[in-house]
Formats: sequence, structure tokens, C-alpha cells
Amino acid sequence: MAKKLMKGCEAIGEAAIQAGCRLFFGYPITPQNEIPEYMSHRLPQVGGTFVQAESEVAASNMLYGAAGSGERVFTSSSSPGISLMMEAISYMAGSELPTVIVNIMRAGPGLGGILPSQGDYLQATKGGGHGDYRLLVLAPWSVQEAADLVQDAFDLADFYRNPVMILGDGLIGQMMEPVEFRTDRKPRKELAPKTWAATGWKGDRPRAIINSLFLDPEVLERHNHKLQAKYEAMARDEQRWAESGVAGECDVLVVAYGTVARVASSAMEDLRAHGVRAAMLRPISLFPYPYEAVRRAAERARAVLVCELSCGQMLEDVRLAVEGRRPVHFLGRQGGMLLTPEEIAARIAELAAPREVSHA
Amino acid sequence: MPESVVFERPEALAPVSTTYCPGCTHGVVHRLVAEVIDELGVRERTVGIAPVGCAVFAYNFFSTDFHQAAHGRAPAVATGIKRARPDLVVFAYQGDGDLASIGMAEILHCANRGEKVTVVFVNNAIYGMTGGQMAPTTMPGQVATTCPLGRDVATAGHPIRVVELVSTLRTPAFVARTAVHTPLHALRAKEMLRRAFRYQVEGTCFSFVEFLSTCPTNWGMPPAEACDWVEKNMVPYYPLGVFKTPEGADRAPRPLRAGEA
Repeated sequence: MAKKLMKGCEAIGEAAIQAGCRLFFGYPITPQNEIPEYMSHRLPQVGGTFVQAESEVAASNMLYGAAGSGERVFTSSSSPGISLMMEAISYMAGSELPTVIVNIMRAGPGLGGILPSQGDYLQATKGGGHGDYRLLVLAPWSVQEAADLVQDAFDLADFYRNPVMILGDGLIGQMMEPVEFRTDRKPRKELAPKTWAATGWKGDRPRAIINSLFLDPEVLERHNHKLQAKYEAMARDEQRWAESGVAGECDVLVVAYGTVARVASSAMEDLRAHGVRAAMLRPISLFPYPYEAVRRAAERARAVLVCELSCGQMLEDVRLAVEGRRPVHFLGRQGGMLLTPEEIAARIAELAAPREVSHA
Repeated sequence: MPESVVFERPEALAPVSTTYCPGCTHGVVHRLVAEVIDELGVRERTVGIAPVGCAVFAYNFFSTDFHQAAHGRAPAVATGIKRARPDLVVFAYQGDGDLASIGMAEILHCANRGEKVTVVFVNNAIYGMTGGQMAPTTMPGQVATTCPLGRDVATAGHPIRVVELVSTLRTPAFVARTAVHTPLHALRAKEMLRRAFRYQVEGTCFSFVEFLSTCPTNWGMPPAEACDWVEKNMVPYYPLGVFKTPEGADRAPRPLRAGEA
């Protein structure tokens, strides 16, 4: 397929269709309205179904029903809407349903604003809804990567029988870039037939019951252990990250994800020209988090700088990875304000500058 | 004299004991639903949705595939199932706290979109599973654990008549209210259910059947008295009958006249 110039939101929608998804349930919220709009005209063309739900609460529960029927299904929303979906997301995780949920993050808390943010990192990666569960969370930094990750997300959801979240910010959703959809792609792992789906009981298998209720505490504990084993398998097999300049020693390691990493990489091009040794590690999977890769990269740097469009959320994971071996600094903007390459470059240069060491 | 079977468990009802309290009419409603599923011959392609409430374990009591839904969300889950697999016969089974309180948005919009699903609404005027709290359907003056002096309509409002509310929607639907506190009522109720499921199977419309039900445990009375309580207190406020049919252009409620099935 030839490259097409597409808005991030539309590329996400088209990627879902290319991945075989024929069902979308959603509710309008800025800045991701182009996704439901795209799906509303595109799905009927391929024999699919688009439903505008009465709320994000309903949309996410429609997802639950459709996923439980064994079909590929996705929804998209933005921060306040994702908060409303957290109930159903917890049920999906508990019932082991494969779904894909796209969060085009806007600034919060509360109604916040409509401009880009990365303020939902903790919600996405540490739970969000109630109970011990995890989402597999992938963060694209370009429209092309958004399209690729959406296609992978459906396979990962099916493989692990777990909701997968694509965590983008308003920039990813709104910017236009050339994108190409791989038509030859195959799942990286063999996907088992969905024999667990509730498709009508004819007696040829155990009854399918899509359920997260286990009143017997021993049974529920076993169920939790089963889920945890799945999350451990994700941590072992699904870490994704990209890095540049981390092969050798450096002054500053920048850790950033999504569009912030994009801004940071242009800052670093200038710095390298000025002799500052800066490296970058960009986590692509936010859960599972590439702790080991961050630790290894940090050990080759004198200092670590975490850049985020938040008050410091991924910062906590970087600190966990570095375990106090190196100083970890933070540079962030909030409220929909963006980091500029100049701001990031200035902070890196400041951290890279030799300092007087006092031996008091 | 040769033996012949005159009464047996419907195939759609699982061969297990239920968890319902003695005298509760959930069991009757379950049986009626199962009989209708059997009679229509759709058991193998039926998927039910269990609510949060006393019927939370409904998935154990029917011999069909099932989803367990979050509190009040069964109509949204039903929408997802039916849109994903239009060949399935989908029914949501919900109580009054689940449907008329926390799930009011989901039921109204499911009905308004005209989803081709069937909703079985069991109204016993109280929260049973959580121990007898006031429901949106609790009768004025009725004592519950969160209105120990009886429901005060000045602060809690009046009981919500869901069937009447759903019937105001312009979208074609089959909407009826029935009861199961006497054998005759149960027979009429089954006819309503049969129509409701048939409309779905034929792909005609959304269908909704309310059952006035008893809760002897939380009402604090013996089962027989609870049946009388339904007749005396609930039926006058929640009139029985067919309120809307897909054929009728008439949007006004049409209570069933005496003698009409």
C-alpha cells in the first residue's frame, strides 16, 4: 500500500480496520473526535458496525459485550472519558477480554483542557480502575508508529486476552504525517482460536461465561495469580523501547516517550553538534516498562533527565529503574503547554556542564 | 397405566439449585424465560447477561452462554453482543436497583436505539442482594434499611415507573408489565415473554418485560403475604399490561384490560 498523508486519529482508525476490527463503540470528546468520525464512515464500507454510545461508560461496556462474543473491537477517548471507562476496563481485565482502547491524552485533572498532555501515565500503567490488574500500554511517537502499534495491539490483546491501551497525546492525534499500512503483516505470535467466547452453547464445549465474579476467596486468589502470571509474561516478552547514543559513555541520558521524545531528539541533534554527549532512551511499552534497559543506559551516563508533559509520572518508573545509582532530574510542562527543543537542550547542557565538587 | 412425563425442567434451565431466598419469585421468572427459550428453539444461540444484584449468579442457572455485567450496564453489554453477533438471541436479566437506578442511562438508550435484544426486568421494590435498601421503585411509605421510617416522597421522590418511561420513546418496541404472584399472572407473564423473545428472533424491535416480584426476606413477611402485598400495593401503582407494541403508532400507554392476555 502506498504512503498516504493522514491525521494521526484517522491513521489509528484505518489501522484498526486493517487489523480486522469491524466494531467501534465510542463517545465524542476532544481531541480524538476524528477517530469516531472516521470509523462512522469507514466501517460501513467494510461491512462493520459503528455505534455512538450514550456515554463512555456505555461505550466501554459495549466493548465488553462485543469482545466477549469473540470479535475484535476498539474504542477511543480522551482523559476524562477514559476515567469513565475505568470500571469496564477493570471488568475486561478481570474477565480476560481482548480489547483495544486508545487514549489521546488531554491536560487534567478534572475537565482540564483540550491540549496535549501525558498526565494519564500513572492511570494507564498502574491500574486506573479497581483491583490488581494491568493493561499492556503502548506509546507511539509518530503517526506511522501509531498505526503500527494499533495493529500490534489487536494481536497482543488476543494473545494475552487482556485490554491493550494505546497512549498517545493530542499531538499524535492531530498531526498529519505520511503513513503506510502493512498489508503483509502477520501476528508475531500464533493466536489461539477464541473457544472461550460466548457465542451460543451447543454442548460441544463447556458453557462460556464471561465473568469476573469469584466469591470464594481461594478461587479469586488463584484467579489473581493467573492474571499476575500473564503480566509477568508480558514483562518478560513485550518490553519495547528505542534508544540513540546509549552505546558509549555520555553526560546526560534523556528518558522520554511519545511526542516529547520527538522534541527531545531534535534538541539532541543540536547538542551533539556542540560536543555535548547526550543519549536518549524512549520507552514504547509503558507497561511492561523497560526497567532493565533504562538502568543499563543510565549507568553509562552521569545524569538522567526525564522529560514529560506532566508533573512527573514516568519519573517514578525511571527512579525505580535507576535505583539511586545516578541523579534523576525532571523537566516537564503541564496544562497543555509543550516542551520546546530549546528548553530541553538548555537543561541537558546545564546538566552536562562540569561542576565543582565539594569535599567538605 | 403407562407413565408419561407431565412436568420437567426446561432444557434452558441448568440442573442446579438456585441461590434465591425461599418465596422469592426470581425462580418463577427464570423458569418462564427458560420455557420460552426452549419453545422458540433458540437455546443454542442464546446469550444471557447477568446483572449485579440477586440475579448476579443467573449465569449458573441457565443452560446458555452468559456474560456477567457491571452494575446497571447489562443493556450496553447486550448492545455490544448483538452488534457483534446479530445471529445471537440476547437477553439482559436485571433487577430494579440495577436497571432503574444505576443503569437508567443504559436501559433508556438501548431502548431508544431499538437494539434487537430482550430485557427481563424484575422489580421487587427493594435492593435485595445488599440487604434491603431503598430502591428507586420502593413504594411511598415502604420501610427499607436506608429509609427506616418509610420512603418519604418529599426527599426521595416517587417510585419510578420504568415501563411508562420506556414507552414514551418514539422508537418501535414491545414494552409490557406483568406479575408472577399468582399462577394466572405467571401464565399471562409467559405470554408477554414469548412475544418479547419472538419480536427479537424476528428482528422486529427492542423488547422489554417488567415482572412485579416479591422479596419476602427484605420485606420482612412470609411468602404468601408477600404475594398479597404485590397485589395490594404494587399492582395499583404499577399497572399490568402491554404498554407499547411495534405495530402501534400510538405512543400513549395502553394498560391491559381485564381478561386480555
